[in-house]
Amino acid sequence: MSTIDIPTRQRWMRALALSPRAALESGLAPHLPPPDACRWLRRPQTGLVMVEARSGGSGARFNLGELSVTRASVAVGERVGHAWIGGGDARHAELAALADALLQDDARHAELMAGVIAPLEDAIAARRASASRAAAASRVEFFTMVRGE
Amino acid sequence: MYVAVKGGETAILNSYRLLARARRGDAAVPELSLAQIKGQLRHAVDRVMQEGSLFDPELAALALKQAAGDTQEAVFLLRAFRTTLPRFGYSVPLDTAAMRVRRRVSGTFKDVPGGQVLGPTADYTQRLLDFSLAGTGSANLEEPTALAEPLPERLPCVLDVLNREGLIEPETPPPGDPAPTDLTREPLMFPAARATRLQNLARGDEGWLLGLAYSTQRGYAESHPFAGEIRMGEVTVSIAPEELGFAVDIGEITLTECQMINQFAGNGSAPPQFTRGYGLVVGEAERKAMAMALVDRSLRAPELGETAHAPAQQAEFVLCHSDNVEASGFVQHLKLPHYVDFQAELSLLRTLRAGFDAKGDAQ
Repeated sequence: MSTIDIPTRQRWMRALALSPRAALESGLAPHLPPPDACRWLRRPQTGLVMVEARSGGSGARFNLGELSVTRASVAVGERVGHAWIGGGDARHAELAALADALLQDDARHAELMAGVIAPLEDAIAARRASASRAAAASRVEFFTMVRGE
Repeated sequence: MYVAVKGGETAILNSYRLLARARRGDAAVPELSLAQIKGQLRHAVDRVMQEGSLFDPELAALALKQAAGDTQEAVFLLRAFRTTLPRFGYSVPLDTAAMRVRRRVSGTFKDVPGGQVLGPTADYTQRLLDFSLAGTGSANLEEPTALAEPLPERLPCVLDVLNREGLIEPETPPPGDPAPTDLTREPLMFPAARATRLQNLARGDEGWLLGLAYSTQRGYAESHPFAGEIRMGEVTVSIAPEELGFAVDIGEITLTECQMINQFAGNGSAPPQFTRGYGLVVGEAERKAMAMALVDRSLRAPELGETAHAPAQQAEFVLCHSDNVEASGFVQHLKLPHYVDFQAELSLLRTLRAGFDAKGDAQ
């Protein structure tokens, strides 16, 4: 069995879910197992997840509406990879499930984390920082009026 | 009552063909792509997702294209499509305080922690038609002036300031943090819990909510609102699938959240404090989030000991008429054959008229 802990697995599953499919496609291309080494326990299937929120942001739970989600499960050797991806992209879920299986393999884990997951995480962080900087450019500094500067 | 009619197959097939041609318009003009609709008509896509209650921009764009821009028809198409999909489960409740904010304003405090962030808003435009957009490639696409510092990762919530002083009613989960009623699974029953009302309002017609919200401001319910905080940005969605046994992030959605602050409630045991109205909608949709927050607050009248005398305070009236798929269906069903019904009415009227005329002749 794999020695990988849950937070580490959550970390790579997050990176795989939040990245565009094209980034997974190119990052994983050199690492993907041959098709006959993969046993699909669940081919990609699109369905709905009801998104819950809280009244006032922190109060009682309520149902906000449904999100399209695609899931897939694959066995590669003795590792079983799962993917749950927002949206209806079957290929994205396939790639994420394969990556999840491969990343549980201690022999390949470090290489894939450094070569595939870390660049995806960097891209997510860069995208968020850029959006945040753009928003910050429209920040209003009302207090400068009070100080009379 | 309406009855089934037979025949007309060729006419119906031809109506499909006419519809398809009308949708396409002038064939010499390039066809719209879904990417164009998603990218350039984002508010229309957001509205279809809200009222269709299905968060999928690709499908919403397709529905808009198929419906030729008829928002409510597109909503109907999404609602119909969702019935074909399996339900995988429920998400972990969203944490909107962790929103990656692109816009955040407060109408109550000028110095909010983290500052006011205007974001991509039309509020400060002159609302003059921009004829440069009539052509292509003539839009003015300057980058915002560069600012080195991004916003803080978590922008503090404005209402926390009042909450810390105990000046606003606290918003905490009830004991046991129970799962809410799901209106896609259970019928709407009265009295409806606030969680049920919020689900109904979140998928409710924006025009309906806007009109009701406006009525509360014009005096048909006294809630004296202030926009405590409006924020828009991206929030991560997580679920905890059975086969994993732990939560995973599966994507992010754009949300607009409105926290209304309203006038005091209090009684012998509770001190006077501000009350809350809450709006949360998918996409960039400030008008709907604000309207939802106003109507949420007005519907809380009975639980806050207020007299419910105005339409916007009456849950049955508000919630039973908010769904535009139901409303549009019932209004438009009048187009269906009511021939037998109408013949009965006509014959009754002829009888009455004959009686009336005979009486007139006799006099």
